[in-house]
Amino acid sequence: MPRLNFTAPTTVEEAVRALAGAPGLAKVLSGGTDLLVQLRSGRLRPELIVDTKRIPGLIGIREEEDAFVIGAATPGAMISACEPLARAWPGVVEAVDLIGSVQIQGRASLAGNLCNASPAADSVPAIIAARAVCVIAGPQGRREAPAEAIPTGPGQTSLKKGEFIVEIRLPKPRPREADAYLRFIPRTEMDIAVVGCGICVRLDAHGLCRDARVVLGAVAPTPILVPEAAEALIGHRLDAETLSRLDAAARRACRPINDKRGTIEFRTKVAGVLARRVAAIAFERAGER
Amino acid sequence: MTFVGPKENLKVVGTRPIRPDGVDKVTGRAAFGADMVMPGMLWGKIKRSPHAHARILSINCDKALALPGVKAVVTRADFPDVPPELAYIGEAPANLRDLSRNCMAKGKVLYEGHAVAAVAATSPAIAEEALDLIAVEYEVLPHVLDVEAAMAPDAPVLHEDVFTLGVDPKPTKPSNIAKRIQFVKGDVEKGFAEADVIIARRYTTKPVHQAYIEPHACVVSVASDGQCTIWSSSQGQFMVRGYTARIVGADIASIRAIPAEIGGGFGGKTIVYLEPVAYMLSKKAGRPVKMVMSREEVFRATGPTSGAVVEVKLGAKRDGRLTAAQAVLKYQSGAFPGSPINQGCTCAFAMYDIPNAVVTGYDVLCNRPKVAAYRAPGAPIASFGVESCVDELARELGIDPLALREKNAAKDGAKAVHGPTWVNIGYVATLEAAKASEHLKSPLGPNQGRGIASGYWHNAGGESSAAVHVNEDGTVTVTGGHPDIGGSRASMAMMVAEVLGVAYERVRPIVGDTAAIGFSAVTGGSRVTFAGGMAMTRAAEKVVEELKRRAAIMWDISPEAVEWRDGKAYPAGANAGSFEPLTLAQIAAKAARTGGPISAEVQLNAQGQGPGFATHICDVEVDRETGRVKILRYTAIQDVGRAIHPSYVEGQMQGGVTQGIGWALNEEYIYDQNGRLENPGFLDYRVPVASDLPMIATVIVEVPNPRHPFGARGCGEVPIVPPMAAVANAIADALGVRLRDLPMSPPKVLAAIDAAAPLAAAAE
Amino acid sequence: MSKHHVSTIINGEPVEFLCEPQQTLLDVLRDELNLTGSKEGCASGDCGACSVIVDGRLVCSCLMLGVEAEGRRITTIEGIADGDRLHPVQQKFLEHAALQCGFCTPGLIVAAKALLDENPNPTEEEARYWLAGNLCRCTGYDKVIRAVLDAAAVIRGEAAQ
Repeated sequence: MPRLNFTAPTTVEEAVRALAGAPGLAKVLSGGTDLLVQLRSGRLRPELIVDTKRIPGLIGIREEEDAFVIGAATPGAMISACEPLARAWPGVVEAVDLIGSVQIQGRASLAGNLCNASPAADSVPAIIAARAVCVIAGPQGRREAPAEAIPTGPGQTSLKKGEFIVEIRLPKPRPREADAYLRFIPRTEMDIAVVGCGICVRLDAHGLCRDARVVLGAVAPTPILVPEAAEALIGHRLDAETLSRLDAAARRACRPINDKRGTIEFRTKVAGVLARRVAAIAFERAGER
Repeated sequence: MTFVGPKENLKVVGTRPIRPDGVDKVTGRAAFGADMVMPGMLWGKIKRSPHAHARILSINCDKALALPGVKAVVTRADFPDVPPELAYIGEAPANLRDLSRNCMAKGKVLYEGHAVAAVAATSPAIAEEALDLIAVEYEVLPHVLDVEAAMAPDAPVLHEDVFTLGVDPKPTKPSNIAKRIQFVKGDVEKGFAEADVIIARRYTTKPVHQAYIEPHACVVSVASDGQCTIWSSSQGQFMVRGYTARIVGADIASIRAIPAEIGGGFGGKTIVYLEPVAYMLSKKAGRPVKMVMSREEVFRATGPTSGAVVEVKLGAKRDGRLTAAQAVLKYQSGAFPGSPINQGCTCAFAMYDIPNAVVTGYDVLCNRPKVAAYRAPGAPIASFGVESCVDELARELGIDPLALREKNAAKDGAKAVHGPTWVNIGYVATLEAAKASEHLKSPLGPNQGRGIASGYWHNAGGESSAAVHVNEDGTVTVTGGHPDIGGSRASMAMMVAEVLGVAYERVRPIVGDTAAIGFSAVTGGSRVTFAGGMAMTRAAEKVVEELKRRAAIMWDISPEAVEWRDGKAYPAGANAGSFEPLTLAQIAAKAARTGGPISAEVQLNAQGQGPGFATHICDVEVDRETGRVKILRYTAIQDVGRAIHPSYVEGQMQGGVTQGIGWALNEEYIYDQNGRLENPGFLDYRVPVASDLPMIATVIVEVPNPRHPFGARGCGEVPIVPPMAAVANAIADALGVRLRDLPMSPPKVLAAIDAAAPLAAAAE
Repeated sequence: MSKHHVSTIINGEPVEFLCEPQQTLLDVLRDELNLTGSKEGCASGDCGACSVIVDGRLVCSCLMLGVEAEGRRITTIEGIADGDRLHPVQQKFLEHAALQCGFCTPGLIVAAKALLDENPNPTEEEARYWLAGNLCRCTGYDKVIRAVLDAAAVIRGEAAQ
């Protein structure tokens, strides 16, 4: 591994200063499960690593009145073990739980998964569907941005130099609102998603969908919200015709590439399949609330 | 003394004791290749070609040498030229010149990852920095990867001095087809003319890697007088010594190769990559050098097995009797000649007694790493084609696949396509066990299917040495020459304990280095239990003779009047005298006074290895919307002759099956258009994980091999031969759709389902 | 390049070491502290051969920097047995022949111990999914899973040691 400098600040301000002031590339280290792989392969050659885990609040989950607030460096295992969160947003927790192995879960963080900006990141479609908001600290102070605004392309984010995510806020689900996430991988574990799909729906008392967010992963340079797919659901029950329209809308939104993990044709087809399966779970969960 | 007979008489062989190296392995104490440290040790790293095919124009190491901490740099210039002679040191004969050039490229780089230079430095980080400072100028040449593309007349040629062997008249133009071989039995034209049904199919496979979890690693120390110690994990310390000596130009006796514990080999560690390079670095630096490959290097630069094309044509009567069979096998050899095409050809139809057959094989160069042996090299690929085709024939004829195999099964007295007449084989026994299995009778649900496939491997004999030493307290130390890759140490101790009649716990096996034991060929070819066990048993028998002689001295009677039973010397009959039996410990205690240390060493070239046959049953479930295949149930039935330690025999079967499943479903090398490997890691080179598999049922069939003292046959390689066809046949049963291209990954399965959909709809 | 000084607790013992920032915890364990039981199989978190437990969580030591170990409690394979008394997982691995070459074994044992610490009564499926991050190329996982489930029974007091 190439040589580099390392610092572990104990306040947000210290971290911002270190990131902003680095002459070369500076990277945040939370779980390290993407970063260390990229350092090792030479894909990234930062001059400075800033470990944010010693900043109070960066690891931990707190429940506020209207949101769950997840520290940016909180490992997936802690997220999965948080029962209130799992009850509120089972799709998010399932998605987080799918990231890698148990060993990866012991370290990998939501913010890391988001800022690594892989088009195939597992947790990202789920948190976008759940309307997650990121709290960002930087040289200009704090700001907020919806999760979908962060990844701008493979490996690229909208964060400016000196900025890093401090926490991710997940609003509490509204009544009769629920989410689900599925991904397709060739094995049963350990693969990067070939297609990922996160859906959040809100139903009315009659089981009709009133609001929906459909997000696809690994079929475009970033995870994408698919408004057309949401429209296929809104105002309808999940019957065969709705499913068929949802499938078609999901497929139309795909702009995937051929790569070692999947072909364009395959990803597009499976995006439709997953959208149907995820919608079924989300509707069922919402109906039970 | 032969023991082949009722198992009930055996006290140790056939039981399941704990292996002697077990505690070290479950506590992390066992020392593998990368675990050794030598005082003053440097770290070595290799600079590798980024191009699949290129001429090396220049290499400038000045900046690297100037970096503080760098103690040596080597290139091809440091290596002697080696004549292109074949050496029979490893698992297959190796061309030493090619092996030398594989370790360090000469003139041309032939694959991405080919070594062009190496450095030794005081830390891994400095060694890596130094690699970046070595400037190599290349003239990039067109490359070729695919086997048939490489065979085309206008393909870029890898070696100007390779002309196709086995072709008449001798070609004058160099070719990537290194050799063509053919095996003929009977008259295949006549045979096809007699057939009621003929089917011809084409199957293709991609290169796959053995994917042992331990990357190659060694520590080499060369002193200023040329004496050298090599610590490395390999499948043969004598192979390491022999190849290294030839490649660096040293006397064999100057090298002592110590076998570390080995973290998996499966054939991939029956040759050397690092040791000769570490030798040169150590010689130049005057200090020991440690070299450990990264996982990426293992994938980019060590031998996978061939990708291949297998064309099969079968002719049969309506009742299922095969009248003729034909196969054409095209195997990649990689950067240098030497794919397992011979074994592919000889194993292809081995399960069957066919009156007329032709098997033609091609060994084809291409810009990939030189292929290395991978568990039953050549056979799984050929069997994927043949066993899939047999299944297709069965469906065509409307005959049960198991019944079709029974009808044509090879039996004692039948002549194999490649020549030999079968003696003492157990193929039919595996078919019968399959028929009787509960698995075969269990019901299947929607989108589920069942596939059957058989397999064969000839196993191997060869050179082995063993020493049995009786210690002063009556315990026994046995030294063998074979690295233990699967539990063989336990089996060696068990066989010796059985012969001596003592408890297993009193026998301590070790794997000796090249100075401690006689020459032993590699751990591979499924030969250690057979050949190593034979040497061990004979050595133990000699010790028994010596123990009897010592007892005779202690009793002052003739040695002919002494028997050995249950670990004791007895007078043979009342006439010999009424003496209390002497235990091994009692005789050992008096050894100095009765003639000195009690030991025996045996060296042999074992002959009479028994071939192995297997029949596997696989159930799958297919998700029709995504093409994902789930293995629901798997039963592996295999004739192993005699299971010395049944747990480790089962382990070989389960491990081989798992590798075959990975080969069938998801493993493959993926290259970009520049000939660069895109998936050199375990993320995208997808071996089966624990959640991918069910329990793997094993059925051990024992048709003893009378040429081994305990009746053992090799067992480690046969299990990888049937799975790919078993899975393909199961998928065909589930979907009514046949896949003929490996791996059968979800996109391909889904595409096959979708292609058949209009036909299926029309059929409704 | 100056080294960082790190204080940590490894297998219950206080340990101090110097390391460069880019050295992973695995590098430090193996090359600085001579704890070579944890293995490097891939250096990218895909094989689990380097598994250790940090502050109660199962992690890949190849994906953690040595400097991150400051103040942490780490358990490696060398700390699983209690002196010369093997942990039930270790004992059952031996009895079930759940290892062949033994290279993945330290990682598997650490991972299995972590599983049983959290869930002393896993189903076969739960055990398989928990251990999916530990690649084994020799055994096909069958005997490994049997050993883990048997060890679980021992820990629960339902089976003989």
